[in-house]
Amino acid sequence: MSFTTLALSAKVITLKRGERDLFVDLSFSVNAGEVLVLRGANGVGKTSLLRVIAGLTVPDSGKLELNDAILKPLSELSRNHIHYVGHANQLKDDLTAEENLADALAVDAVATSIETRLDALNQVGLLKQRHVLGKRLSQGQKRRIGIAILLLNQKPIWLLDEPTNALDDAAVTLMCSVVDSHLARGGLCVIATHLSLALHKPTRELLMRELMAAR
Amino acid sequence: MTDQTLNQPERGFIVACQRDLKLAMRSRGETLQALVFFVIVVSLFPIAIGPEAVILKRVAPGVMWVCALLAVLLTLPRLFQQDYADGTLDQLALSRYPLPFIVGGKMMAHWLTTGFPLALLAPAIGLQYGLEARELVVLSAGLLLGTPVLTMLGAMGAALTLGVRGGAMLMALLVLPLYIPVLIFGTGAVESTMAGLDAAANLYLLAALNLFGIVSTPFAVAAATKISLD
Repeated sequence: MSFTTLALSAKVITLKRGERDLFVDLSFSVNAGEVLVLRGANGVGKTSLLRVIAGLTVPDSGKLELNDAILKPLSELSRNHIHYVGHANQLKDDLTAEENLADALAVDAVATSIETRLDALNQVGLLKQRHVLGKRLSQGQKRRIGIAILLLNQKPIWLLDEPTNALDDAAVTLMCSVVDSHLARGGLCVIATHLSLALHKPTRELLMRELMAAR
Repeated sequence: MTDQTLNQPERGFIVACQRDLKLAMRSRGETLQALVFFVIVVSLFPIAIGPEAVILKRVAPGVMWVCALLAVLLTLPRLFQQDYADGTLDQLALSRYPLPFIVGGKMMAHWLTTGFPLALLAPAIGLQYGLEARELVVLSAGLLLGTPVLTMLGAMGAALTLGVRGGAMLMALLVLPLYIPVLIFGTGAVESTMAGLDAAANLYLLAALNLFGIVSTPFAVAAATKISLD
């Protein structure tokens, strides 16, 4: 499966939080098969920027475009293309690993068979833990379910907020290969991270401290 | 395979409803709390007021309805709070299914686990107040028609106060005044039956509120949810 050619661009986005300008007149573009890495110290607004792209936060000014069409926050166009993985694990404590995976996909209108889901859990090394409740999984295992969701989710634009948090080395490698294969089929990624990810594709970086100077 | 499901945005209602029902089943204790609360508080009144049949029967509709209203109010934080805290509310908002359908499904699941069992339970507890069979049926019918409205109006308050410190209290202050019409028609139905009149008018009005809620509140709740996520 591959995606139709996509280009995501942000045009002069400004976001204020209370009195403070978080970022001013921020512009960038990401094309199919590309990854944009957001860098910067804590509190410069990496998470906020991801939430703006996701449409969860409405910017004070500026706009997002997808192939020259305006991407309105949480519009159908936006919801059909964007997958966002935030700080929180987006999992339910009272559901098992497999149920969490199934539900996350079901609420996103992705129909999967049990075999597909078990295969994905196997790939992230959680096949044995498939019946373990979310609250009994370790932080790293929870993030691994997030990777399994990424494997099966069918949206072309991934927004990942510190995706390597709590992951061991093997899982970080897995995460990178999942991102790589997503890029290879024409998807695109925006990732906020402190680590240097070992991706095959050259990454473009956006250092967010510089933006503060524009105030 | 995906596009097939996407052509049916209303599937979002079913998916969200199933999801919340499953979660409610997993935390059965929490789900039952509201019902137990209702039973206990309704049973406190005969003890406090005394066994005088005339007085008990006079206060019965009001007491039952206010207790039902408070029981529903207690469960409202459950509707969105947990999803908000664990990040799954982001997921729901970004779902390919339209958010009004999804919150509609959540409200349905909420009613099925609170208002619906409450309406079925009410006649049994109403016996303590010496209500007659016909009055108990009207009470139950009123609750069946009225509790969905309590859920729907309450969901707006719950969505608006997400992430606000002291949100539960604020939500109660926002929502309780909106509950007044339901309270008036609900108790009115039982009282008119007691007076030997037809309860139909009051029940129709509850049904009308219900229909109005079904077509309007999913959009309001979806909008409120988006504001809270911002």
